[in-house]
Amino acid sequence: MSPAPIRLEAPLSKEEIDPLRTGDVVRLNGVIYIARDAAHARMKESIDAGHPLPLDPEGNIVYYSGPAPARPGRALGPAGPTTASRMDPYAPLLIERGLRGMIGKGVRSETVIESMREHGCVYFGAVEGTAALLADCVREAEVIAYDDLGAEAVRRLFVEEFPVVVVNDLYGGDLYREGRERWRR
Amino acid sequence: MLREITVSSISEAVRDLCIEANTRLPQEHLAALSRALEAEESELGREVIERLLENAEVARERCIAFCQDTGYAVFFVELGSEVMISGGEIGAAIDEGVRRGYEEGYLRKSIVRSPIDRSNTGDNTPAIVYYEPVKGDGLKLTMLVKGAGCDNMSALKMLTPAEGLRAMKRFVVETIERAGPNASPPLTVGVGMGGPFEKAAVLAKKALTRPSGEPNPDPDLAVLERELVDEINATGIGPAGYGGTQTALAVHIESFPTHIAAFPVAVNLDCHSHRTASAEL
Repeated sequence: MSPAPIRLEAPLSKEEIDPLRTGDVVRLNGVIYIARDAAHARMKESIDAGHPLPLDPEGNIVYYSGPAPARPGRALGPAGPTTASRMDPYAPLLIERGLRGMIGKGVRSETVIESMREHGCVYFGAVEGTAALLADCVREAEVIAYDDLGAEAVRRLFVEEFPVVVVNDLYGGDLYREGRERWRR
Repeated sequence: MLREITVSSISEAVRDLCIEANTRLPQEHLAALSRALEAEESELGREVIERLLENAEVARERCIAFCQDTGYAVFFVELGSEVMISGGEIGAAIDEGVRRGYEEGYLRKSIVRSPIDRSNTGDNTPAIVYYEPVKGDGLKLTMLVKGAGCDNMSALKMLTPAEGLRAMKRFVVETIERAGPNASPPLTVGVGMGGPFEKAAVLAKKALTRPSGEPNPDPDLAVLERELVDEINATGIGPAGYGGTQTALAVHIESFPTHIAAFPVAVNLDCHSHRTASAEL
């Protein structure tokens, strides 16, 4: 059996993510933000223009996802992770501003991983294709910016026991690389 | 004597297919995932597959999408020579069905107007439709819901005849190595070979509509499919890319005649949310 999951309450301090190691199974609680491609492009425009961001990255976690519409009575429609590398050109802008975590799927660039180590940010993997189960962990969801982007709007979520795995920690660990090396025949 | 099929019955069938494909994983695919769960040696890998199976059950019970990326709506249409479509045009009827299915099924609309103008079309149209004329008075619609994460990791290469089969196998495995976790393994791998450039790509997509794990009727290609599954599983990428022994559930190869100078190969990857459904009118 795998060890008991580590429970974390977001937003997170630097001290809270220090002990995390690649492969750790984590359950996230508290506030996280949804943003993906188009929202990141707009946030970069805001930064370039010197305008405030719709979310304060300090201590927060961004979840790369574009939910399907919710059925009546549900906080959020199915919402699994999308491919994180598409956000690589933008991620360091938020990491430099205190972003503490990112949730997605797939490998990150060396530039992003270096920025994470320098500023203190971890990359969590959620299992793609488990959108229905992940949405069940969302208690509240609210569009806070870019409503016109529909599925790509920025949303603030309140989550309970949201299951993730640490992919990239602060010490050079990389679950994708290590997992592949271990099981390669 | 022509058999009449109305556009409204086509739209209705397409609407139902959109909802069925996005909310119910095919039985053959669930069986393939269950076999992978048995075979997977990595504990984290097994946990991933268990979550996928649990997610599929929840989605089916509640009639919700099991993956938020409800994709491109791709259709392979076998249109009988003795069929007369009445009341309008078949392409418009398929689009109307997609419009209704994606709205009424609470499915995400993911299509933008062009790679440059990235405004959403708002209803997941246009559908991507490939027509094949066949004999008889039937109309068969096979839908593939194609997510972008895995489609983005697909590739096509124009090999030379001298490079041959060995290079073809290497290219398939390299494509999967390069995709790593991004394509969301365990994968269904569609391989199209032959024809000119675009034919290989369409065959690779069509190969994905074959029921999970059903071998190619050509025994040589069936052997090649099995060999490729083994080579892909030796990469160690594993479920969700966290490492493991189950990276491909199946490889489906479709072959077509080609030119004396050519050996085109296309590899279209499909994630573990492998969504197909079909209807006959």
